[in-house]
Amino acid sequence: MISRSPTPYVGILAVAGTLALLPLYASSYQLAFAIGLLNFAVLATAWGLFSGPTRYVSLASVVFFGIGSYTVAIVGEVMPWPAVLLVAALIGGAVALVVGLATLRLAGIYFVIFTFGLSEMVRQLVTWYEVNVTLSIGRYIFLDITQTQIFWQLLALLAIVMLGAVALQRSRLGFALRVIGGDETMARHFGLNPTFAKLALFVASSMIMALAGAIMAPRWTYIDPAIAFNITLSFQVVIMALLGGMHRIYGPMLGAILMTFLFEALSNHFPQAFSLMLGLVFIVIVYLLPNGIVGRLEEGLARTRRKPATASAKVGERT
Amino acid sequence: MFLYALLSGLTLGGVYALVALGLTIQYGVSRTLNLGYGEFLIGAAFAVFVMFGTFGISPYLLAIVVLPGAFALSWLVYRVMLMPIVRRARSPMALEIDSLLLTFGLLFAIMGIMLLMFGSNYTNYSYLSVPVRVMDATVALNRLISFGVAVVVGIIAYILLMHTRTGMALRAVSVDPVGARLVGIDVNWAAGLAFGLGGAIAAMGGILISTYMTFTAEMGVIFTMKALIVVIMAGVGHVVGALVAGLVLGLIEAFVAAYLDPGLTVAVIYAVFLLTLIIRPQGIFGRVAR
Repeated sequence: MISRSPTPYVGILAVAGTLALLPLYASSYQLAFAIGLLNFAVLATAWGLFSGPTRYVSLASVVFFGIGSYTVAIVGEVMPWPAVLLVAALIGGAVALVVGLATLRLAGIYFVIFTFGLSEMVRQLVTWYEVNVTLSIGRYIFLDITQTQIFWQLLALLAIVMLGAVALQRSRLGFALRVIGGDETMARHFGLNPTFAKLALFVASSMIMALAGAIMAPRWTYIDPAIAFNITLSFQVVIMALLGGMHRIYGPMLGAILMTFLFEALSNHFPQAFSLMLGLVFIVIVYLLPNGIVGRLEEGLARTRRKPATASAKVGERT
Repeated sequence: MFLYALLSGLTLGGVYALVALGLTIQYGVSRTLNLGYGEFLIGAAFAVFVMFGTFGISPYLLAIVVLPGAFALSWLVYRVMLMPIVRRARSPMALEIDSLLLTFGLLFAIMGIMLLMFGSNYTNYSYLSVPVRVMDATVALNRLISFGVAVVVGIIAYILLMHTRTGMALRAVSVDPVGARLVGIDVNWAAGLAFGLGGAIAAMGGILISTYMTFTAEMGVIFTMKALIVVIMAGVGHVVGALVAGLVLGLIEAFVAAYLDPGLTVAVIYAVFLLTLIIRPQGIFGRVAR
């Protein structure tokens, strides 16, 4: 079950190393596009890290992303950059710990609804605080960080997340998670602690999202709660991960790449139709791609090789 | 101040109770959560806005056209969109996730269509915004009428559910879908009917709200969320509970806005919701699921 081959690690490092040369050749438009793409790839992979094995649909991505951005806006100028990133990740993790402790024991549907509104609540609380305590709604971020540096940071983050995901897959915790995803009651009988495992994953995934938010923050120069905590981002992340397929580590990233191109094309030609398109993609996923594009490709491969369908992954199983 | 908060809380709570009633009927009977629910409310508000603007007919009279339309559309949503998912579902959990994602799709699709038609501007129109004195406070007439209509519709729905054969069939399905089939109730028919009824009730709420509130094409989600909070706080499928919890939610919102800060209403509602989830996950009036 647990493979120890170094191939995936070497592969990830090689791809990341090659991509790191991109800023030397790309135009500033292409670089900006690549940054957006990497950001979504990080967020979708982090989302899949938690939601893939646990099947909890979280709509709180933007909460942690926004926390990261706000941390930069508040402490960005008074601390060295690595410390800012650390603080962002820690705050994101702490919030995730509280939210997770309160909600992860609940049935999946309550979790969805709770995270659905969490961003609205956080947005309102931050707005209230800014209006009543700091007396100004927006904040400016003037940091000396170039697009290229943002690109490299995101690329490094993505590579680390992928390496971590592969390592997790091969660890005892990863194995425990597969058992929990398959059958939680059975997992309890084996002496596994599903709530702890879910909580650990939720915190880890939230810290990554907070980091992404912090890294992206210098691009904005101006943020206010409505920008930093825009719930659309949460839906985009969910749809990317589902489109790609959650049962493989690289599935969400594939979905992020495809959707970023689609969003870009659409927002250039039909800026008004964004919501409609998002809705239609959700519907298409449910009817036609229940296991994402990766799942569909694997089914196709299994069929051409005339193998039985066991080659396609089952729900809750990640390899 | 107190009287004003009480009155605005009651009028708002009346509509919340009504909207939650529709959702609890849909969710309780069909067991599939419709996240596009609030879009039917906003859709009705826009429909009334357009028809009132072109024909000048009273929004309350327009209900005769809008409600059957909303009923038919919601019924179609269940029969065409959700039934294939229900049929292919291998486990309740798979169905839950699929129906959530599908109704997310519905939410964005309807919202997208409304955005294309009306843009994202705040919309409102003026109808019966005549001040009325109630004891020491003044309320707009349209708010009072909304409250009255909400009460009447709530009572009618209660009588239909509790004292007719069809209502009994719906309640039977919501208590035990398998048992209901054994006594000869067509579960798919019941779920379709519940979806239609819920959609019509949501549309009624939309008509009432449109007379005194500004609305945008993107606001449906907020109503879905508030209705869901009420439904879960009350206990899924509990009709009277939803009505009571809806009123309470409206009152909380009005008093927080009056005494604390209008910017904190969602935060307080959320805190109450979270407390309920932790202390009584089955809802205040709900029974523990067997």
